[in-house]
Amino acid sequence: MKLARSQWILLVAVAISLLVSYFSHAINRYFLTILISIGVNIILAVSLNLINGYTGQFSLGHAGFMAVGAYGSAAVTIYLGPKFFAAFGGSNTFSIGILFFIALAAGGLVAAIAGILVGAPSLRLKGDYLAIVTLGFGEIIRVIFRNIPSLGGALGLTGIPSYTTIFWTFGVAAVTVYVVQSIVNSTYGRGFLAVHDDEVAAEAMGINTTRYKIIAFVVGAFFAGIAGGLYAHDKAFIDPTGFNFMRSIEIVVMVILGGMGNNFGVICAAILLTLLPAILREYFRSIADSQMLIYSILLILLMLTRPQGLFKFKWPRKAPTAPTPHAG
Amino acid sequence: MSEFLQQIINGLSLGSIYALIALGYTMVYGVLRFINFAHSDVFMAGAFAGYYMSRGFEFTLPGMHKKALFIFKGLPQESFLAGSFVLLGSMAICAFLGILIERFAYRPLRNSSKLNVLITAIGVSLLLENLAQALFGATPKAFPPLLPSKSIHLGPLLVSTNQIGVLLITFVLMMALQYIVRRTKMGTAMRAVSFNPTAASLVGVNNDVIISFTFGLGSALAAAGGILYALNYQSIDPLMGVLPGLKAFVAAVLGGIGNIPGAALGGLVLGLVETFVNGSRFSSYTDAIAFAILILILLFRPEGLLGKSQVEKV
Repeated sequence: MKLARSQWILLVAVAISLLVSYFSHAINRYFLTILISIGVNIILAVSLNLINGYTGQFSLGHAGFMAVGAYGSAAVTIYLGPKFFAAFGGSNTFSIGILFFIALAAGGLVAAIAGILVGAPSLRLKGDYLAIVTLGFGEIIRVIFRNIPSLGGALGLTGIPSYTTIFWTFGVAAVTVYVVQSIVNSTYGRGFLAVHDDEVAAEAMGINTTRYKIIAFVVGAFFAGIAGGLYAHDKAFIDPTGFNFMRSIEIVVMVILGGMGNNFGVICAAILLTLLPAILREYFRSIADSQMLIYSILLILLMLTRPQGLFKFKWPRKAPTAPTPHAG
Repeated sequence: MSEFLQQIINGLSLGSIYALIALGYTMVYGVLRFINFAHSDVFMAGAFAGYYMSRGFEFTLPGMHKKALFIFKGLPQESFLAGSFVLLGSMAICAFLGILIERFAYRPLRNSSKLNVLITAIGVSLLLENLAQALFGATPKAFPPLLPSKSIHLGPLLVSTNQIGVLLITFVLMMALQYIVRRTKMGTAMRAVSFNPTAASLVGVNNDVIISFTFGLGSALAAAGGILYALNYQSIDPLMGVLPGLKAFVAAVLGGIGNIPGAALGGLVLGLVETFVNGSRFSSYTDAIAFAILILILLFRPEGLLGKSQVEKV
């Protein structure tokens, strides 16, 4: 079987994450936590990049999808886990792996369904309205989880087993990047860019803009849900406030800083913005509390001076020219 | 029955605050066609301006301990004169803040894509919130009683003078706004810019001045809303604007964004609905109800209650 270059890269990335995961007990616990957050943030940022960057549908509710996935997968491991182990004869590495896979997939699927629910009304909305509706969706999700006692209510859900490892996190991150990159670079995926560039023109050219928008939301939500599952099984505790508007903003900042519609830049930004708070806490204690202040100033300055993002470089290869910004 | 009337009074006083904030959203949308996310933080700034004018403050340069450069003792509380001075002063401060925001954050992006402006607006909103947290501290502060407050029994109803004050002040401000927009030269120019910016500038309207004026006007109303809100809830903190701001935006969309009477109507309707939900057994869902209304209205009547639908032209 002949593999394309991108598939080789995917395989190598998964193999490396398996290898690193094998030696993870040798890694400092604090450093391991940061590594896993980097992986989770890469998944979140790249999946949001499909919605915000490539398709141009500004969503402010990504933490909502993450919450759905986190609660969904945690519910699976907490409520189905014991029965599953009883049927499979005890918990060993293999059965835990299968259970965790099922839990992550379930979390992703529930989040994808939420993605359809948000995507469907958003067809009629543009720009600012969509941003507010997705923001509202994130808030509604939090209010709903606060009112479900079996999922911990406002106090949060405790007792989630810690299944997340480097292998799972970076394996999923590699798959996410691969899937998003392949979708966008395929013939089919040109439709996302067309919707981003000019919706009316895209429709006139016979592109089903509705379907593209829904698919962007569903794929983005699916991976955000999985990221939520990984997050839940890393922290072993989730509560509704952990998925608030600020969390969504954090992901949006990663996408904007990296450059909308530029996966490489978005990955760089996700790594940078996860390391930044840790570095600030370590070396610059006095300004560590002003992290959000720095984010907001970064956002404004970036929009005023470099709207294409920090990590947009001219590659030697001939790149497609960026669409000229048009006045609304 | 009396409980029903009581809820209506409570709902109207909450709704009129939403209406005051919603007016700012709707006016800015009218002239610039974008949502000023920072508006909810101007609302917060208004409440803080009122707090410091009433409680007094000390101005100290960094490194100068014990010796304040400037001490302001604060205005007497619970007096009508000082109360109205605080209200007007905070409106003036916020009008200036709104004009500053427009000048330095939004004007340089006048010709760039809508998405960039939206992101900048979110950035300005976060900046104001975090700046307020750094300057005033994140813990809630008790808001002083500006106006003499008393509870009045109207038959079976219990009405506080604060609630009546909120309704009265909102009514006066809306009448003033209606006068400015309908009867003055500035207002006419505002409506012209909102109708067609290019044509307005062709007949000699200075768009930049009008846009600044609109931001000032909207921000002043938000400041008034902030003070009235703080008077009713007696506690202020740097993130107090987030939820009322979002709900006021919903109110603006509900009434038809860009439509001034619509914003007032939407605010009152939303305030009433929320108060009734809060009084029912679904009270834990109160914060979600505004967003549910938003999604429903955008699905079934995206132009809002009083708005006119528009077809997108290429």
